[in-house]
Amino acid sequence: MKDMKISAKNVQVYYGDTHAIKDVSVEIEDNTVTAFIGPSGCGKSTFLRCLNRMNDTIDICRVEGDILLDGEDIYDKRVDPVQLRAKVGMVFQKPNPFPKSIYDNIAYGPRIHGLARNKAELDEIVEKSLRRGAIWDEVKDRLHAPGTGLSGGQQQRLCIARAVATEPEVLLMDEPCSALDPIATAQVEELIDELRQSYSVVIVTHSMQQAARVSQKTAFFHLGNLVEYDDTTKIFTNPEDPRTESYITGRIG
Amino acid sequence: MSDASLQNGPEMGTPRAKSSLLELDQRTKKRNAAEARFRAYGIAAIAVGLVFLVVLISSIFFKGVGAFQQTFITLDVELLESKLDKTGERDIEKIKKVTTFGYNPLIENALKAAMEEAGVENPFAKGKDLRKMLSSGAAADLRDFVIANPDRIGDTVQFRLLASSRVDGYLKGRVTRESLARDKNLTPVHLDVVDQLKDAGVVAKSFNLGFITGADASESRPEQAGIGVSMLGSFYMMLVVLACALPIGVAASIYLEEFAPQNWITDLIEVNISNLAAVPSIVFGILGLAVFIQFAHLPQSAPLVGGLVLTLMTLPTIIISTRASLKSVPPSIREAALGIGASKMQTVFHHVLPLAMPGILTGTIIGLAQALGETAPLLLIGMVGYIASNYPGGLIEGFMSPNSAMPAQIYEWAKRADPAYYERAWGGIIILLVFLMTMNIIAIILRRRFERRW
Amino acid sequence: MSAFWLLMIILALAAVGFIMGRRRAISSVQGDGRLLHSLPNYYGFNVAMLAFVPAVLVLGAWVIIQPMLISGQVSTHIPAALYEDAGQLNLIMSDVKRVADGLDAAILQGVLSADDASLLNTETTDVRALLGEVGVALGSDVAPSVLSAAQEMRGKTVSGNLIMTIVVLLVAATGFVAAMMMTRRDFRARNAVESGVKALLIAAASIAILTTIGIVLSLIFNTITFFGMFPASDFLFGLTWSPEGRGGSEHLGILPLLWGTIYISIVALLVAVPIGLFAAVYLSEYASRTTRAIAKPLLEVLAGIPTIVYGLFALTVVGPLLVNFFGADGLGWMQGARSVMTAGLVMGIMLIPFVSSLSDDIINAVPQAMRDGSYGLGATQSETVRQVVLPAALPGIVGAILLAASRAIGETMIVVMGAGAAARLDLNPFEAMTTVTAKIVSQLTGDSDFASPEALVAFALGMTLFLLTLGLNVLALYIVRKYREQYE
Repeated sequence: MKDMKISAKNVQVYYGDTHAIKDVSVEIEDNTVTAFIGPSGCGKSTFLRCLNRMNDTIDICRVEGDILLDGEDIYDKRVDPVQLRAKVGMVFQKPNPFPKSIYDNIAYGPRIHGLARNKAELDEIVEKSLRRGAIWDEVKDRLHAPGTGLSGGQQQRLCIARAVATEPEVLLMDEPCSALDPIATAQVEELIDELRQSYSVVIVTHSMQQAARVSQKTAFFHLGNLVEYDDTTKIFTNPEDPRTESYITGRIG
Repeated sequence: MSDASLQNGPEMGTPRAKSSLLELDQRTKKRNAAEARFRAYGIAAIAVGLVFLVVLISSIFFKGVGAFQQTFITLDVELLESKLDKTGERDIEKIKKVTTFGYNPLIENALKAAMEEAGVENPFAKGKDLRKMLSSGAAADLRDFVIANPDRIGDTVQFRLLASSRVDGYLKGRVTRESLARDKNLTPVHLDVVDQLKDAGVVAKSFNLGFITGADASESRPEQAGIGVSMLGSFYMMLVVLACALPIGVAASIYLEEFAPQNWITDLIEVNISNLAAVPSIVFGILGLAVFIQFAHLPQSAPLVGGLVLTLMTLPTIIISTRASLKSVPPSIREAALGIGASKMQTVFHHVLPLAMPGILTGTIIGLAQALGETAPLLLIGMVGYIASNYPGGLIEGFMSPNSAMPAQIYEWAKRADPAYYERAWGGIIILLVFLMTMNIIAIILRRRFERRW
Repeated sequence: MSAFWLLMIILALAAVGFIMGRRRAISSVQGDGRLLHSLPNYYGFNVAMLAFVPAVLVLGAWVIIQPMLISGQVSTHIPAALYEDAGQLNLIMSDVKRVADGLDAAILQGVLSADDASLLNTETTDVRALLGEVGVALGSDVAPSVLSAAQEMRGKTVSGNLIMTIVVLLVAATGFVAAMMMTRRDFRARNAVESGVKALLIAAASIAILTTIGIVLSLIFNTITFFGMFPASDFLFGLTWSPEGRGGSEHLGILPLLWGTIYISIVALLVAVPIGLFAAVYLSEYASRTTRAIAKPLLEVLAGIPTIVYGLFALTVVGPLLVNFFGADGLGWMQGARSVMTAGLVMGIMLIPFVSSLSDDIINAVPQAMRDGSYGLGATQSETVRQVVLPAALPGIVGAILLAASRAIGETMIVVMGAGAAARLDLNPFEAMTTVTAKIVSQLTGDSDFASPEALVAFALGMTLFLLTLGLNVLALYIVRKYREQYE
């Protein structure tokens, strides 16, 4: 049994009057890839964004319930979301490199969090992160070229490397492959599997095959409810809830 | 933590020491302080902007509101037949021959009488000194009255005559005994008389309609100056701008938005329009001077020319906003009309244009407001303030005869040496801003009322 | 016949044409409108259009060109002994025109008959008094050559007008008849009318180009005339500006004016850019919806206030205030209320909303994904703004600042009222200086003769101003456009 990294209890999310997440409780393990699947608009991305309080940037969004990271309530008044997000990194649906050089993209996080004492250390962090992002070999000769000049798959791996550079404990990924072609997708999936060694990874995905390929645990969301949460193999071979089964077999979605 | 190493990279440095989320570390505190500072700069910037606005508006109000009040001296003037119509024939031509000088003794007598009645001792030997309390235009007012009503000669008529600008300034607090020390126009002795007459109710401030409806006056008579004539000048100019800029602007926008092919000519027109929108207004004045006056020999200082110049200046604004509202009509409307066999022209004129109309009108009003407040180009085509001293005779004359415009009139007043004119200038600004505000409010209402979300 | 009545006749002809064309179309299909290619009204419009438009174009061109031709011809008959240069000839010609107008007025009021007017002689009649009677005041007695020129001008104008009447009516009638002949059941009237309307739309759109051409030509011709009288190198590189000196001793160097312009603009931008930029950042990144809804329009009120108001504000509020602190009673740096600082500060206030709303638009165009990426890494809002949003928006903001600079350079009323009239090359911002725009106003509104270098220099100044702002605008618009394309 692995450690519990994040545990959410009775989480409710409202967008203005809309009840977007209804009473969701879930335990996310360390060193595991957890996949959130479900039809569009089921709340899986919303829930993901609760885990590092990205929803704070949306005025009308309101979160109730407890979300604990290593036993500490992340919605506690004393918690600074900035400090939280340093621990819980995020990779987005569309690759969003900053309009800076590749080097500066990676160095951005370490700089704002003060992770490097000097230029040499920063160089080291950048190299390590790019290696972890499995993109080092492709960009090592043009670290000072703009990050926006890379291809889509490279950009997304750059964004993953950027997230890794701040040494988070949890990595949230919101459909990281939806904008990528199959080859780039395969590269990113391979990367996710490697990242599992060091982090707890939570991935929202539209593709059931992807969930089956990369994750160990899967949660199925439907209309704001968490329908079923179990080992990935169990969900895909022997789901308990009929709704899960319908979704897996392609009848709803 | 798993200790499995990654194939394609060395192990990361030791992870940071576990820290609690519930305690802010030193660095986060520093970063949050920076955050608060940054936010404070933003608030300060907005506050500074708003303070400027408040200071501006309040100085306009406090400095200008005085212009709407004017000091009048109420006198019973006996219109002596012996002075005004010696023959007693009531021949209007002969009465007209009596100049304003002829009326001065009447005013002096009336003033003396009023002072006697109020129990004020007359400190002046000469009637001329006494008359300094009144505007030099007072005699002209009397004369105009007599010429209009020759049958009243011989009667005693009550007149409300303008006090001189120094007396007016004294009642408004602008002029003090100290400031009169070296003034040729009035002495502190006058002010003593004024004080007593004020107590007797002969001298009093009241609403100054003449400022709103009147014409400009000479430099020495600020108490008589009004903005009415230049307001008419502005009005005629706005008519020209509306009549020219709206149709041309709409036509140009329709062409560019609906018909223009993608080619270099269209590009050239578009670049031209966006550049013209940023050309300094004074350059349009030079254009007006060279093209309309030098080349086309249109009359100088005429509201027609001013209107044409302002038309060219506001066209880009109107075209840009019209294009935006045409663009906001969804293509589905066009497709629907084209789909039932309407021609492109019919589609545009029957469907797209009516839907875009509120936006077009809003843009036009805002363009007009911009034109109404513009000064610099008008100065170059000769629409300077001192011209606005006569009412235009009729419609044609309104467009063609020399006139000024409100902002140019304000500029003219601001240039004059007498500080009494500053008050007029600020008062003129209040009137100008009332117009601008009304136009903008109409535009906002139009936008609110007819705004359509597709 | 006067152009006005001619216009009325053509209008009437067009109206008649509309009715007749419509009727003819309907009768061509025996009253069954469905058989026509277009709606009956289009046939009517077609006739009206062909009768009206060509005739009006001819009329318009004639009215503009005829006086130019005639005065050109008449001026060759003015004895060369009477004038020395083009300026004097111009004055004489304007006298000629006044006399000719006066004669017209006299005939109109019945004081003279048309024959008498052409036989008038300065020796037998006091022309000045005669014209004074009909309300045309002349500055001096009429010289014989002027009177004969005026008579010649009148004669040519009368015959010119006659020809114009005939030609215009002929054109109108031709259009009318041709259109009526076209009106048959198969005639595509709608297409004809629509191409006519489209031509009208194109004409309206080309006014933008015509305006630019007009600006450029009016500047170029007068500037060339100016450089004919005054050496261009002295203008461009001269360090003194003192047009008062008469008789060739005048100095019309633009450099002090340019320096004043740039100095004041820099002060203005130093005020407007930080305040405007911070305001834009706060409004777009921090402010709540209500704050934004209140503060943004309030700031934009500053942009809607006419510049004359700012000018007066500079002159009577800011100037005296600065004198209190920096004048003789304070630090002693300032002589009078008018100074670079006065004008610059007030212009800065005026430019705040300009900078803030342009930057606001540009900051809003930065994709939200960029901010999310930064927040997701644990950046604070200010770090995100400073290190991600602003660098991403930088080209657009530079464009906005360039536009603001172009505004500042072209601003007139504030500097006319707040900056002073003395052209100086000085570094003290509390000194009065003057600008290109202020001098354009003073040179063209003064008493100087329009053909003198003192007045014509204004066109050279205008040219400089136009080129300077045009350069800035083109550059700024190009940058902003490129920037927008990047995120579209």
